[in-house]
Amino acid sequence: MTIHHHEADVSELLAPFDSVEPGAIQRLHDRLAAAAAEQHALDIAYRTVDSPIGKLLLAATERGMVRVAFEKEDHDAVLQLLAERLSPRILFSPNRLAPAARELDEYFAGVRHRFELPLDFSLSRGFRLSVLEHLPQIPYGHTESYAQVALATGSPRAVRAVGTACATNPLPVIVPCHRVVKSDGSFGSYLGGTEAKRALLALEAA
Amino acid sequence: MEPKKPFELVVREHGPTVLRVCRAVLGAHDAEDGWSETFLSALKAYPGLPVGANVQAWLVTIAHRKAIDIVRAKDRQPVPVDELPVRPSGFGIPGDGHREVLDAVGQLPPKQRQAVAYHYLAGLPYKDVAGLLGGTPDAARRAGTDGVKALRTILAGGSLSYVKGETP
Repeated sequence: MTIHHHEADVSELLAPFDSVEPGAIQRLHDRLAAAAAEQHALDIAYRTVDSPIGKLLLAATERGMVRVAFEKEDHDAVLQLLAERLSPRILFSPNRLAPAARELDEYFAGVRHRFELPLDFSLSRGFRLSVLEHLPQIPYGHTESYAQVALATGSPRAVRAVGTACATNPLPVIVPCHRVVKSDGSFGSYLGGTEAKRALLALEAA
Repeated sequence: MEPKKPFELVVREHGPTVLRVCRAVLGAHDAEDGWSETFLSALKAYPGLPVGANVQAWLVTIAHRKAIDIVRAKDRQPVPVDELPVRPSGFGIPGDGHREVLDAVGQLPPKQRQAVAYHYLAGLPYKDVAGLLGGTPDAARRAGTDGVKALRTILAGGSLSYVKGETP
């Protein structure tokens, strides 16, 4: 028998290796995520959840929730930014986000008025951070104006900066920037879109 | 230069190739342990990997070392043989010849087995294969082509000793 060593022949010979069942990779992936979390090598775990305001990306460090992102923010781009700003040790791993998914479910069902999740504010600094730390004090179903928030954070003239802090809130819904509206009562802009803000305020008013 | 991707994408892109390599080098039974240890170790080291590095070659290097560790650990403990000593039943059985090739690769000497896996399954150039196996790129190339030749002979029903005698 004559043996030819063309690469094409070899790939035909080795073709049976090509078939890797998707189930095998899935199983190995889950095993990796579990081992990584156990050995503190999983810096950021993420998953998505469906919600009345679209699919939400949830990401958490070992310290707590670090990011909630709307669909329109492009989840792949958000994960890439997390890789660059915090750590690229990121895996899809629903386990760490199970409490967050459950609390969000309860919130959208109208039965939860306050989130009890550990938060990681690594993505926020300075004045923006103090604005975000104030927001959970606005009660469910209530709103404050940008000016009121500026006053509450001790910088009454920083109304515009409050707007920026809300617009760049890395933890929307959980840190309720949707409860901050314009002084004339109009909604003001929202990272998830005006419709999403309207929906959240309507949910809380019900 | 492209910024470093989330590790999830590394697993999705290279997971199947690394599993093929592990199956070829370690056999079906230990392949999943090899894969798991490779990716766990890669995840830990990932932040230190230079941006723009060849991720697949890096993973194959880790897989190569992990496979050596696994084989050594097995040699130290009396375990049942990995590869079933039963000869594959040859052609003609229903199926896709999957087991036959996996078994045939298991019969190759380690260097040929590794050269075939790293060059043909992972696409590493022989220069890089030589870096892993030691020796010259030419020696790595010989191991690869001899391995393929031996595989064909085994699959055609021949014996490995015949192939070895034939190899110049």
